[in-house]
Amino acid sequence: MINAWSISPDWPGNFWWHLLILTVLLIAFLMTCVIMFIWLERRIIARFQARLGPNRAGPFGLLQSIADVIKILTKEDIIPTLADKVIFWIAPAIAFAPILMILAVIPLMDGLQLIDINVGVMYIAAVSAVTAIGVFMSGMASNNKYSLIGAMREIAQLISYEIPMVLALAGIVLATGSMSLSSVVSTQNIPFALMQPLGFVIFLVAILAEINRTPFDLVEADSELTAGFNTEYSGMKFAVLYLVEYSEAVIGSILITTFFLGGWRGPFLPGIVWFIGKVFISFFFILWIRSTFPRLRIDQSMKLAWKTLLPLALINLFIVGLKTVFLPDLSQWVSVPVYIIITVILIFSWARFMRPGRQVVGT
Amino acid sequence: MALATEQFILNLGPVHPSTHGVFRMRVTLDGEIIQDVDPIFGYLHRGVEKLFEQRTYKQNIPLSDRLDYVSAINNNWPYVMAVEQLAGIQVPQRAEYLRVIMGELQRIASHLLAVGSVMNDMGVFFTAFMYMFREREKIIDLLEMVTGQRLLYNYMRFGGVSQDIPTEFLPALTKFLKTMPGYLDEYDRMLAGNEILLARTKGIGVLKPQSAVNSSTSGPVLRGSGIKWDIRKAAPYSVYDRFEFDIPTGENGDCYDRYRVRMEEMRQSLRIIKQAMEQMPAGKEKTPTPLRLRPPAGETYAQIESPRGMLGCYLVSDGTEKPYRCHFRAPAFINLTVLRELLIGQKLADAIIIFGSIDLSMGEVDR
Repeated sequence: MINAWSISPDWPGNFWWHLLILTVLLIAFLMTCVIMFIWLERRIIARFQARLGPNRAGPFGLLQSIADVIKILTKEDIIPTLADKVIFWIAPAIAFAPILMILAVIPLMDGLQLIDINVGVMYIAAVSAVTAIGVFMSGMASNNKYSLIGAMREIAQLISYEIPMVLALAGIVLATGSMSLSSVVSTQNIPFALMQPLGFVIFLVAILAEINRTPFDLVEADSELTAGFNTEYSGMKFAVLYLVEYSEAVIGSILITTFFLGGWRGPFLPGIVWFIGKVFISFFFILWIRSTFPRLRIDQSMKLAWKTLLPLALINLFIVGLKTVFLPDLSQWVSVPVYIIITVILIFSWARFMRPGRQVVGT
Repeated sequence: MALATEQFILNLGPVHPSTHGVFRMRVTLDGEIIQDVDPIFGYLHRGVEKLFEQRTYKQNIPLSDRLDYVSAINNNWPYVMAVEQLAGIQVPQRAEYLRVIMGELQRIASHLLAVGSVMNDMGVFFTAFMYMFREREKIIDLLEMVTGQRLLYNYMRFGGVSQDIPTEFLPALTKFLKTMPGYLDEYDRMLAGNEILLARTKGIGVLKPQSAVNSSTSGPVLRGSGIKWDIRKAAPYSVYDRFEFDIPTGENGDCYDRYRVRMEEMRQSLRIIKQAMEQMPAGKEKTPTPLRLRPPAGETYAQIESPRGMLGCYLVSDGTEKPYRCHFRAPAFINLTVLRELLIGQKLADAIIIFGSIDLSMGEVDR
């Protein structure tokens, strides 16, 4: 391989030690990422908005997130009288568990992976949808109309965007010939972002919707629904929902990195450095979108999923399939530029004829 | 098989991030589509008009600031004008120009806030809002330089303004006039070409010219529907007949046109300020008036074009030192009457934008 930094798949010894140590490591990794990313988000968005952002607690405001967590944990934990208490309690946990489960199959560097199952891609597609159930439960149980609307939007949006996302992943599986994530990463001598640019774009848009980020943050929509599904939450349970939101963003960036940016691969530096660097770039992209774009309306969002992303994802799958079956030995110097050109043409023609939802004026 | 559905009644407000104050809409929803709206207001009612009757004429000036706290100077104006008409007080030329300059600065500040908060309602996580605030801050600095206040200025007096401009004001204003058009272009580049923004605002909340007139709306809401009506041109007050400026109008009367009208009005205001700066004569900023002013009995009406539309003040005097009755024609309140018509049939998410595009200030609506 390109990289001299690799460790054996069952590091640090036998299976059980591997399981234990890596589980702890992964949870610590996720939590650290979340705290860092909350800080980064606040600082970076502040820069986008011509202001400073938190800079009082600790150097560069680094301790701001920790201060916030302490504050939020000492808050009163309110459960609305008419809420469905059991569901209200377990919803944050149900929303959070799948995120940790996804992390189990992600290769952080060569060999550093909790478990390399041979249906990894399908596993991710299946497990990531469970978060939506947690969010839906939290919205439904809180006996609040805003939350209910948010919950309904969540389900509608998730079902719609799951399909183009999975179809974009199918293109990857087709090109890799395996569903195992370690082989998805090791196949990417050239990142799939270049090999399948159309799939990359579709996946980016779909993942933004999956993790409820702008322009698809209809579930929270704080200007319409006053925070949507988590309106009634407070204290520890709100902290968990907040954690869910940011871990979703981290996982989204990790998935973009693993599937399309070549995972941990890269010259010279250890794999984990490349991995975290690429995750950061993906996260920065998400922030960029968040601080620039207005929110779509629910019908426009649905229209985008079904009328634009779904056909494009099918076309992507078709093109990748054609290339894999008939032209497996085509030089990358030909295939990459050709596919990029095809992508640009397709996206522009779709943008021309399928605007996300402009209404006809004056009718 | 048809599923049994039931209507969903949602209370938007009174405490809601996008109602700009405390306004409540009782919305009947069918899924996401609005079937009926019941606007409920009065949560910010302070009895301002009754308070006007309890105080002397001079004490009422700071109270008129509190009507529409976003454009305080423009709220002083009709009240002061009405009292001047009743008492026959002459305003020096310099004071008129100062009023125009400060009023137009206030108009820009108010429009910046209006446009920025609509963007915020649309979900641009505070970015546009912060950019607009950056420029609004400069305007407020300018106003602070003259009046010493940052929000409620208490600037106008009967027969003039409270104080003349300091020496450093004109250079600062010149610098502001030079830089502001560039920032306005920046907003246009950032916002007007954004596909999502166009999708969210074009064709949303269309107000037909006929119903705009029938409901006697005014300001950007009326001009967005394509009707060229601006008190500054239609019935010029102060020295507005000496300036050259255009009245921007929209074509379709949708949210996008109201946004365009506001952006264009800011440019026109810059033009007016520039001309006023050049024409401004030297002289006194105020004619002295008696401390306990007692206008002769009678009634009068004065109106100006505030950032939200036609702001009028109807004043009745019974010859004492307190007004007998003082009624304000609040443009935001009358523009609000078209809300129900605009909202029915739209989506819930549009309701927020339409509401924002009318640009209400609840202090003025409830009084």
